[in-house]
Amino acid sequence: MEAERETTLSSEATTENKTLLGADELIINMGPQHPSTHGVLRVKLKLDGERVIGSECIIGYLHRGVEKIGENRTYQQFAPYVDRMDYVAAVSNGLGYCEAIEKLLVVEAPPRARVIRTILTELQRIASHLLWLGTHALDIGALTPLFYCMREREEILKIFEKYCGARLTTHAFRIGGLQYEAYDTLEKDVERFCKDFESRVAEYETLLTQNRIWIGRTKGVGILTAEDAIAFGVTGPVLRASGVKWDLRKAAPYAAYDQYKFEIPVGTTGDTYDRYLVRMEEMRQSRLICLQAIENIPAGPILAKVGKVLKPPPGEVYHAIEAPKGELGYYVVSDGTVQPYRVRIRPPSFINLQAFDRMVRGHLVADVVAIIGTIDIVLGEVDR
Amino acid sequence: MMQAVIQATMDFLKLYWAPLLCGLVIVAVLPLIVGYIVLVERKLMADMQARLGPMRVGPHGLLQPIADAVKLLIKEDIIPDNADKLVFWLAPVLSVGAALLSIAGLAIGPAFQIAKDINIGILFVVGVSAMGIFGIVLGGWASNSHYSLMGSLRSSAQLVSYETAAGMALVSGLLLTGTLNIKAIVEAQYNEGIWFVMLAPVAFFIYLVASIAETNRAPFDLPEAESELVAGYMTEFSGFRWSLYFLAEYTNMIVVSSVATTLFLGGWLRPFARVHFFNFLDYVPPLLMIGVAGYCLLRTPKQPSRVQQLFMLAVAGLCLALALVLLAPVALPIAKPLYAGIHGGFWFIFKVSAYIYFFMWLRFTIPRYRFDQLMRLGWQFLIPLSIVNVLVVGVALIVGSYFNLHGWSMLLVTTPAAIIALVVALMILAAGQQSSAGKENAPASDFYAG
Repeated sequence: MEAERETTLSSEATTENKTLLGADELIINMGPQHPSTHGVLRVKLKLDGERVIGSECIIGYLHRGVEKIGENRTYQQFAPYVDRMDYVAAVSNGLGYCEAIEKLLVVEAPPRARVIRTILTELQRIASHLLWLGTHALDIGALTPLFYCMREREEILKIFEKYCGARLTTHAFRIGGLQYEAYDTLEKDVERFCKDFESRVAEYETLLTQNRIWIGRTKGVGILTAEDAIAFGVTGPVLRASGVKWDLRKAAPYAAYDQYKFEIPVGTTGDTYDRYLVRMEEMRQSRLICLQAIENIPAGPILAKVGKVLKPPPGEVYHAIEAPKGELGYYVVSDGTVQPYRVRIRPPSFINLQAFDRMVRGHLVADVVAIIGTIDIVLGEVDR
Repeated sequence: MMQAVIQATMDFLKLYWAPLLCGLVIVAVLPLIVGYIVLVERKLMADMQARLGPMRVGPHGLLQPIADAVKLLIKEDIIPDNADKLVFWLAPVLSVGAALLSIAGLAIGPAFQIAKDINIGILFVVGVSAMGIFGIVLGGWASNSHYSLMGSLRSSAQLVSYETAAGMALVSGLLLTGTLNIKAIVEAQYNEGIWFVMLAPVAFFIYLVASIAETNRAPFDLPEAESELVAGYMTEFSGFRWSLYFLAEYTNMIVVSSVATTLFLGGWLRPFARVHFFNFLDYVPPLLMIGVAGYCLLRTPKQPSRVQQLFMLAVAGLCLALALVLLAPVALPIAKPLYAGIHGGFWFIFKVSAYIYFFMWLRFTIPRYRFDQLMRLGWQFLIPLSIVNVLVVGVALIVGSYFNLHGWSMLLVTTPAAIIALVVALMILAAGQQSSAGKENAPASDFYAG
């Protein structure tokens, strides 16, 4: 199998691109142990000097069979597992799953639960983007932003910890509503964070946005045209940076997003710099959503009447949300028992990663790490 | 008869044993100094990144370098199976040997210099330290690993390119003195009453950039770019061999900073060394030491444990002793002859530290260049700039000697010269970009060809 792959890769590369000096190609194995493949991604690079003439992503080093586990657990039991897919945005994963099952059960979470869900999910989006910014800058050689980003992310994690006791894999929501009532000072904490955060984003921008080296390293690197992006099924900030205005929060509103005003930032060229700008603006917009949401959190119950044992009627449902990394979809089939018949997950990282080869060809080795960073993959989600 | 024997013995000792002893001191002390430079770097990085840095080993992590050294020494020594064992063994030794050897040519103040009468001082230092590149190239090649090979290829191309620019920058500085002897260079700055950084600012700027690239420091640390090449040429090295490379890198930092200090920043001279009005500056070094000691005393009660309090007191005592040593030549007429040695040493180390601080500051602030961008910066901007600069500085000197200008009035001719050099180099850069803009999609040139 391995040898077969090798031959297809090499024949493709040699027929399409000859090396500049007629020298031998160099095959380099980047990962799974490498400082900047963001976990256990393995990239086989075919190089001409430093120029990439072919690449292949080899995944599966973190495969845990999440979808199969889903078939052997009850609906509630499976909810904590989804947190372990995109472990830097666990809240978003939980939201998608809970809403999918609610759709299957034909119940709706009460308004109070929906607003609090929105607040937490948007905070999670900021936290996820902050981690992306820090590691992406680190890949390109800027050491310092990582620690500033971690500092802000810590504030968000503290809010999560106060709300549900967990920081990373939170399992914050429950099918039908919320696990816990919001703690007393939630609004105040979120407001304080949002107040500080505006100047903090500006601080990161002073470090990077106008920096000549940063622009040189990101502009024109890893261009993905809108047509390519759509053809590959790419979603999230990667798609929007290519100029496609597609955001499920607007296109198919869920939770309480229809109540709030926010902009969808889009890029023009679809290069790494555009993706950077789009994500920076998304953090600002998320902050605005949080501010709008805490202004008016409706009173009322936090849990719809769902019962202790969930037995959805036989049928199937697909529900997708706009996770920080793109469209996170759950396709759940019920056969009327307490366990799902099938849970299929559409992970944004996995599908965005498919455009990697297209983005990386013709660039230098240094750009490979920039492009891995800009796709913003989490291997737990790619491999599931 | 007896006297002749004693004379001969003394001569022999002076000729052979004194340098040997100095060499031994360098080899013994420099690793410690380098260890503490690393600690300072980590502390500075922590300060800029809103964290504390090493705090566990000793008070405020002051014993961290020693712990690190012990750890590196007792680590397993791994040589990859397919490595060229002899070259693998030789490469780090070559690197660190070149770096340590070049220290011999430097002068820390008029009193401390190992190779006293080298009339080609600067040339010796630059030439010997450039030998260290062999260690990097051979080490990367001998490891028989792709990452190492790419790291060493990058470094050979990068170092050769930037060595050119640095050399030309040094030439324009040397035009001002007409000598390569380190002592004579500093004396020339004393006689002119102005540091050469003022007379040749462009040369200083070029040397600053090129020296960062030569020492493989960020933003030009491509040969060991962690996020791309794991550790570049050092990938397969571990334990003591790795620490030799590390030692070589930081020693090289000291060397390039010392060269820049000597040639451009007035060496061991106090600011405004000839102006009596500024004599009060002689009290700055002892006051600085007293200030540090006072800070240590202030912090002592806040230390958590008895050992740490004692340690802080010891540091404070050390600083006070240094303050006394620095004060003596200024205050006591008997100690006056020691002034040049003691204060010269202080100012030299102070300037070198400032230069190294700038290196570190850059590393934490800006991202890394890409290889083609690095080469473009070197060949399309720095090298033309340095060549033009040599020409215009030469012309400026001729004009200056025609009007019999000296010292500060030399600025009248050197400042326009610097501006002309910058403008011409920017025009060359713009022309180069215009011509390359048309062939954006053409296959890129071979970067390694350098």
